[in-house]
Amino acid sequence: MREITYAQAINEAMSEEMRKDDTIIFLGEDIGIYGGAFGVSRGMFEEFGPERVLDTPISELAITGAAAGAAMTGLRPIVEIMFSDFLTLAMEPLVNQAAKNRFQFGGQGMVPMVLRAPGGSGTGAAAQHSQSLEAWVAHVPGLKVVIPSTPYDAKGLLKSAIRDNNPVVFLEQKLLYRVKGPVPEVGDDYTIPLGVADVKREGKDLTIITYGRMVGRCLSIAQQFAANKEADIEVIDIRTLTPLDKETLINSAKKTGKVLVVHEAVQTGGYGGELVSTIVESEAFFYLDAPVKRLGGLDVPIPYNPQLEAQVVPTEEKITKAIRELM
Amino acid sequence: MALAKDVHKELYYKMLLTREFELTAAKLFTQGKVHGTAHFCIGEEATGVGVSSALENEDLITQTHRGHNQGIGKNMDINRMMAEFLGKETGYCKGKGGCMHIADFSVGSLGANGIVGGGIPIATGAALSQKYRKSENITVCYFGDGAVNEGSFHESLNLASVWKLPIIYVVTNNQYGMSMHVQQSMNIDDISIRASSYGMKGIKLDGNDVVTIYEETKKAKEYVKKNGPMLMVLDTYRWMGHSKSDAQIYREKDEVEMWKEKCPIKRHKEYLLEKKIFSEKELDKMQEDAAGEVKKALEFAENSPEPKIENIFDDLYA
Repeated sequence: MREITYAQAINEAMSEEMRKDDTIIFLGEDIGIYGGAFGVSRGMFEEFGPERVLDTPISELAITGAAAGAAMTGLRPIVEIMFSDFLTLAMEPLVNQAAKNRFQFGGQGMVPMVLRAPGGSGTGAAAQHSQSLEAWVAHVPGLKVVIPSTPYDAKGLLKSAIRDNNPVVFLEQKLLYRVKGPVPEVGDDYTIPLGVADVKREGKDLTIITYGRMVGRCLSIAQQFAANKEADIEVIDIRTLTPLDKETLINSAKKTGKVLVVHEAVQTGGYGGELVSTIVESEAFFYLDAPVKRLGGLDVPIPYNPQLEAQVVPTEEKITKAIRELM
Repeated sequence: MALAKDVHKELYYKMLLTREFELTAAKLFTQGKVHGTAHFCIGEEATGVGVSSALENEDLITQTHRGHNQGIGKNMDINRMMAEFLGKETGYCKGKGGCMHIADFSVGSLGANGIVGGGIPIATGAALSQKYRKSENITVCYFGDGAVNEGSFHESLNLASVWKLPIIYVVTNNQYGMSMHVQQSMNIDDISIRASSYGMKGIKLDGNDVVTIYEETKKAKEYVKKNGPMLMVLDTYRWMGHSKSDAQIYREKDEVEMWKEKCPIKRHKEYLLEKKIFSEKELDKMQEDAAGEVKKALEFAENSPEPKIENIFDDLYA
């Protein structure tokens, strides 16, 4: 299979869907000629023109709300928010309008929109451009929340998100944009359904439940443990926070009896708490050999200095230590 | 050109219907029959009725939390409005929204909003959709004087102007954002001048003059289709408190009485009599009919079933 980057996979998902469905429009800051702050939309303005690829003023609230309004009236907008930190500026239309309209209007209308935004630290962008705010949006009924960890998943999940009739928050990972992976040829119209976790590595001794950038890190640690014949670790990528594929998590916990939850986001109030609860409130509890452990980011804003920045998220050392404690 | 007789009848009747609806709803509060809150537009009837009546069914509106007149103007069904007010299954939102969220997509209402300024970006997106689809229809975005100090107002008007969207932004300036008078919330006397900072046309009208509002909306519709957005400010007055719990200690009774003299319904009635368009008897009959229609709506609502918890997750996701 050919290999393309995570950014190209996202570009292809949008472009292929836009070729097939002219109700899809794409809005965002510097997504036109510039090609997006991270180059994700390169070539799309040239292909689809200014009517469908709309460069907007720096107005996150208005463009998110306008996308909701366009979605309620027959279009399927995709919004790019340059950094997921700027969700803070778009929360009102996302949380009070897009997420609630169908419910609060008694089933009238729907809001088929996708809000794409890159999150995560590791780029030296400091406290206001590095956050992982997925727990904020996962806390809002009416939204769906997706975080892909590979180019293959990014393309398949984004196609499903675009075709979904609900508002979907699609959180990309800045550090993965240039990472390559196998993806079927253009024209192979595969999709990945929202709400299905992926067992990225099968194992029998311990389960790591994770998502986003931490998937790759946990996989490489699992391989080291296997190479050292120390443990056979299962790595599950939840892929979508809402809806959450609880069954896959519970079955894995029952199989291995040991569970570690890992995410980059700040630990307190993070989505990891939800993942832990999913296990301990289920019948998997009776199969556990040790308390479920979670490892999130330190409860601080992301600092600028590269050594500090690397240490505030779950490092290889911290994850390895947590695994050893569980074993 | 003078308005046709049936248009006058429509405007007058819809204002009466709004007034009767609000008075009936307010009475339900005093009887302890209402679970939530409500925001009444008594005194402001001409604004929403005048603008919405000038639109076609396919034109779109976003409403405010004080927008029963806007919905009635757009031909919403008062049975379903009243049922929603009482939280019933037959209401517009199946009892899940209440009167801050009434919507009727079939008549072009994309919903009322509980967030001040919350509808402004939504309406802007609806107009973007109309432009993209090369529709001949427009969007009207209702909000109040309070909303013009929200960021959503600034961001949305700028966006609509840059994209030349077919939308009329209608400000119901009822003088108060909850308890704060407009003279305290902004340093300008005429809200319509804000349009100039977006390169947009802005006009200010007497918000109690239903005939002028109707005529100017017809013209504005043609204008925004050709030229892009416009800001229309309607100066009026909120007779009642902000919501049911407002003791109104921030304003003088004389001020309220002075505005009651400018009642938009009374004013239209005097016009209709003076121009001999309708007789006193005909107008009385309309009053009776409106009261009867609202009474029936109340009966419908009171006799409707309560929503069931088994259906709570319905409509959360499409």
